[in-house]
Parts: sequence; C-alpha cells; structure tokens
Amino acid sequence: MRTEEIRDHLQSLDSSLRLRIVLESLLVENPEDLARAVRALKSSPRLKIDFLSSVTAADYLDFLETVYHFYSVELRIGPVVLRARTRRDDPKIPSLCGLFRSAELQEREAYDMFGIRFEGHPDLRRLFMWDNFEGWPLRKDYVQEDSDVLESQDLAWLEKNSIHVSQELKTRALDLQARGLRADAQRPAAEGPANSGAP
Amino acid sequence: MIFGAGILKGMLVTLRSFVNSYFKKPDQGGLFTVEYPEKRLVAKERFRNFPFLVYDEKPEDPRCVACDICAKECPPKCITIVRDADAEGRPLKKPALFDIDLSVCMNCGICEEACPFDAIFMDHEFEIAGTERHQSLLYHKEDLLKSNGYFRQIRPSDAALIDARRKEAEDKKKAALKPAAPPEKKE
Amino acid sequence: MKNKTDTPLTEDFDTQTLQINVGPQHPATHGVFRMDLTLDGETVVRLKPVMGYLHRNHEQIAENMTYAASMPYTDRLDYFNSMSNNFGYALAVEKLAGIEVPERADYIRVILAELTRIVNHISVIGFLLNDLGAFFTPLTYAFREREKILDLFEEIAGSRMMCNYFRFGGVKRDLPPGLLERIRTMMDVFPRFLDEFEALLTDNDILCLRCQNVGVLGRELALNAGLSGPMLRASGLGYDIRKVDRYSIYGRFDFKVPVGSKGDVYDRYYVRVLEMRESLKILDQALRQIPSSGDIISRKAAPFLKAPRNFKPPVGEAYGRVESPKGELGFYVVSDGSPQPWRYHVRAPSLINLTVLEDLCIGHKLADAMVILGSIDIVLGEVDH
Repeated sequence: MRTEEIRDHLQSLDSSLRLRIVLESLLVENPEDLARAVRALKSSPRLKIDFLSSVTAADYLDFLETVYHFYSVELRIGPVVLRARTRRDDPKIPSLCGLFRSAELQEREAYDMFGIRFEGHPDLRRLFMWDNFEGWPLRKDYVQEDSDVLESQDLAWLEKNSIHVSQELKTRALDLQARGLRADAQRPAAEGPANSGAP
Repeated sequence: MIFGAGILKGMLVTLRSFVNSYFKKPDQGGLFTVEYPEKRLVAKERFRNFPFLVYDEKPEDPRCVACDICAKECPPKCITIVRDADAEGRPLKKPALFDIDLSVCMNCGICEEACPFDAIFMDHEFEIAGTERHQSLLYHKEDLLKSNGYFRQIRPSDAALIDARRKEAEDKKKAALKPAAPPEKKE
Repeated sequence: MKNKTDTPLTEDFDTQTLQINVGPQHPATHGVFRMDLTLDGETVVRLKPVMGYLHRNHEQIAENMTYAASMPYTDRLDYFNSMSNNFGYALAVEKLAGIEVPERADYIRVILAELTRIVNHISVIGFLLNDLGAFFTPLTYAFREREKILDLFEEIAGSRMMCNYFRFGGVKRDLPPGLLERIRTMMDVFPRFLDEFEALLTDNDILCLRCQNVGVLGRELALNAGLSGPMLRASGLGYDIRKVDRYSIYGRFDFKVPVGSKGDVYDRYYVRVLEMRESLKILDQALRQIPSSGDIISRKAAPFLKAPRNFKPPVGEAYGRVESPKGELGFYVVSDGSPQPWRYHVRAPSLINLTVLEDLCIGHKLADAMVILGSIDIVLGEVDH
C-alpha cells in the first residue's frame, strides 16, 4: 500500500487523527495521538500490523523526532513508518509499551541517548549509560567529557573512598572549578594525548 | 527408546572422533590444530594486519607523497603525517613524519584502498607485542618502511598487478614527455 | 518448572527471597552481561538484565565519519557474523543512494551471508551445550568446522572475523581464484559433520531433559515483543526476511523456513540445525548459478572506493533490514546530503530478543536461566552497540 492510501485508511478508521506525509512516512502531528494511531494500525483489517520492528529517535536541532517501523507478519506488509515530533527542551512522547512489548528496551535506549521521556513506560531508566550519567549522548549539542581530567566532585568521591590522586590531577580539577568549566573533551591542541605522535 | 540410548550413540561419536584424530588427515577429522609458535600455518595472501609503507629503491624515497588522504580516511584516526620541506621551506612530496599508532589501528585496510599512490599496504606481521603501552606500539616512518621486494614476497599476485600498472603509467608518462621535453627538468 | 513437592516445605518455613548478581564477568553470560536475579530457593522470581558494559556509542561514532568508514565498525557489532552486518548496512545505504548491485556481487554476498549463518549457528549450539554443562566437546567439534569457514573468509577478505568486505554497490574485491571450488569441497563434507553432530546431540537424553519444556515462548508474546530470527521461528511463526522481503537475490533460491512447534530451548536448538541444512541448499544453488565473471561493484559506486569522502547520498532516509543469523538486523540511515550520515541507527536483534528474557526465566531454576540465555543467542557487541 502506498503511504497516501495508508493515511486515508487510518483517517477513515479514526477521523480525529491528524497525519502528514513526510518522505515515505506518516507524521503524527500531535504526539498525544500516537498510541491511537498505532491502535488503529493494529486493529485495521487491511493492514493487521502486528510487529514493531524498530523504535528510534533523531535530533533535528529544532525538535526531537521518534521513528517507528511497523510490519505485518501475517499479511507480509511493511514497513509502515510513523514519526512523532516533540519539543527539545521538554521532550515527551507516549510510550508504546502497552501495545508492543518490543518498545520496552528500544524506548529505554532512545531515552538514554536523547532524553525523550516516554510516558507510560513501566521502567524508564538508562539502558547503556550508568544511572547518574549526565547529558544525552546522541543529541547534536552533546560535548563529550574528557575522561583523563577529573572534576572537583570526582575528587570528593575519590577522597571519600580513600583513593590516591596525584597532585597534578588535583590542581587541574581545582583550576577547572575556579574557572567555572567542565572537563570537556574539546581542549587546546597543545594538550593532545601523550601518544598522538605530534612533534 | 530406552533411556540412555541417545547418550551411548553420542559416546560412539566421541570415540570415533578420538580414534580419527590419530589416524586421519586434518581435513577429514584428524588433528586440526598446530602448535604455535613451533609450527605455523601459511599466511593467506590477502591476510591483513597492520599497514606498512613501501619504497621502491631506497627508504629515503618512499612512494608516499604525504597527501594525507589515508590519515583523513582512517576511521579511528591512527595516522599522523607531516609533510617534508626543503631548506627554503617549500613543501616536498614526501613525509617528514609518518606515524601509525598500532594500539588504535583496527586493521580495516581502508588506508590501502584509499591510497592513490600504491604507497601503503597491509602487512602480514602480527607478532608486535611490546612491553609497555604507548611507545613500542607507536610506529614511526623508519619502522613502517619496507621494500617493494618484501611486498612482492608476501603478496605476489597483488604486487605483480600493481607493479605492472605502475610501469604502464610510467611508460605513458615518459612517452608523453618525449615530444616536448622542456629544457628545464622538473625536480 | 515448579516442583509440586517443594510447596509444603516453603509453607512450613519462613523463607526469604535472595537477590543475587550474575555477571558482568561470568562464564555463562556470553560476555559482559549482568543479570540482577531474585531467587526463591533456586527458582527465579525476578530477573532484570543490566547491560552497557561494552557500550561505545557505535551510532555516534558512525555519525561522525563518512558512510564508508563505518563499514569496519559494523563488523564489531556482532563479531560472530561480520558479513551479515556488512550486508545490512550496505543494503540500507544502497537504498538511500539508489545504487544497484551487479549480479556476481549479489551472488558473492549471498554465499558469504549463508556461510556466516552456518558459522553462527554452529558456534551458538556449541556454546549452548557449554551452558548446559557439556563442556567443550560439542564446542570444539563446532569450532573445528567453523575454523574451516573462517579460513575461507580470511582468504576472501583478509580477516577471519572482522571481514569488512562489503562495499556500497558490491564487494571490495573479487574472489580469489579457485575459491568457489573450495567452498564446494567444504560443503560436501559439512552435511556429514552435521549428521555426526546431530547423532551426538539431538537424541541425547540429557539434552532432551534439560531443554524440552524449558523457556517456552508463546507465539503471541514472541511476535508482540518483536523477536525475530530463530527465536521467532522456534515459536512456530515462519517469518523469514529472506522470504518476505526477498532482498538481494534471495527470491531466486528455493529453500524452506524451518519452524518449531513448542518454542522451548530444544526447538530453538533444532531450528538452528535445520537452518544450517537450508543454508547449505542455498549455497548449493548459488554456487551453481553464480556467473563466472562480471563486475563486482556497480559502476556508479566504484569511484567512491578511492574517495569515500565524495560519497554524498541524496537527502532522505532508508531502513534496510536483513535476516542476520540472530534475527532481524536493521539499519536506519538519515542523510542530510553531506558525506556523514545525520542519523544512523542499528536495530540490533540481540538486544530486542532480550526483551523476553525475564518472561522465559521466571519459574525456572537458576541453572535453566543460563541455558535460556544461551538459547536466545546474544552477542554483547551487538547488544551494547
């Protein structure tokens, strides 16, 4: 089925759905409608969508977007692609866990990497990164931390656990704190890693 | 089926395998492994490990022209190149510094593919263990340069192709130069 | 399985559940994978998988380099079958850039992908038996055969596991002379080995006792949880992307999709054995049909081999999926017209197949949980991408 047909078909099932065609996919204009759209896909006798293959997100600088690839195993139809957009400063998307359990780990992954809160997810925690990790690594403005440099709060933790830290690292951490900086990976070229081979 | 019959059947397989390991050839169920390092398997021609640089006549004149393409295309960015310059500071077509950090290199072979001058190839050498982390795995130009003869030895059929292609290109260049040989020869 | 005779004991005594931690460094977890388990006696009552120990943000790495440069990184996703990973990524980017693949290259791809499937399934069965406590005999037999195929890979691509052999629009180099005959020789011996392997395992009473009715996965749950590959087929759904999408040239081959009946560990084992036999059938047909000469990379894509930085697919997105030995391996690539992908996402079958780990393990003994994990067939390089 062509994307236009799928749109018309979905709107005939649920007339309040607002859908727009983006590339070869359907953008659910109001993210709140996402679960309703998916329910319509699931219940549609012509599509019989029963397999949620991939859930992912992308950062488009103005907004965050989630992308869903659906298939019908029974009718061998697919992919039917849905997408939903959300604000970058307070990203919220309804979770599809109740409809498709395959969203469970993938939504956690998208939360981990983009910080999109999937509302209604039973166990929304970071998946790959550790729990008190800061930042959302796959957003385009993410700055990687420099793992060779300590920060003052690291020092406090190390001292609490009585782990020895060299004086040089301590001075650098305090210096960063005094200048109000974080230990980011972007640093002056002269401070390149010891083994980079620069003359 | 009686309980245990399946196990007995399996035992027969292991017994047969045990006996075969003594009397059969490696590819028919015999002893398959060799005892490294006393015995070694023959390296496959396309086997790739870490890159090396090729020179034709003497190591001072490598094929590399320091164009930096491999360094740019290298996925983990393990190549550092600095172009050589003559006494007056004009850039020369050879590297002053060519370093590969083998602790970063992931043996993908993209440098070899991208090189337009047939200057960098993947080596068969794999016993490069060092005693510390950084310096012994950071290979400089001197460690990386190997002769074309060595390349012919490890990869005979590839080397034959490349040599033929280079010779053809050189002949063409010579032929094109002859009719209008300019009085001032280019360096 | 809940043993009825246990119940009175636990009623009489005031028992507590015990929370234990299996992994991340544990011989039965197939890598740095952690299971946060709650046990009642020996019975699993709760299981939470914890992962990320091998996380390297594969997606971000790929978004910061050219399209071609992430090909060697895909090898490292599921390091048991790098050829399939290459295949999926190449398909996605070819879809994005509209590149056709020449026929000979397509045949080479299919042959290598099927060899990879055999490599994967044979080692998975070996590891599964390791988890069952049959230490090393089946595994070494399996690895002996795997070694023969890896030798072929080394001859073709230069590396045994990190093949990095596929390119957009074809493959990196043509096959070395005489290689197809060597694959043929390998294939003639392989069924004999498979028979022997089955004689060792399939009817083995201990294997049957330990695997049958353990970790039963129903059809509805399997589908709803997005499982794919042998896991889904063992639960009775004959869904194979090679049949459904007919990507590459799979439409030309005649092969069956083996399905299980119960969806237990034994079915998953047996489906894999049958799949290897089907792979041999595909290989046999491919070897007979492959054109003896021809382009191995499309004319449109060949210039980019030397200059990957000039490869700029048009603005758009593509989702390419292949039937990797673990399941549905999908690559979602978004291009903004620059040499680097704007968004690159991997739909990792190993990760999504773990969704049901808790459902499968609850009610079973701790030792069975290891077997169930083994039968799901995960590779941590892919789970943690």
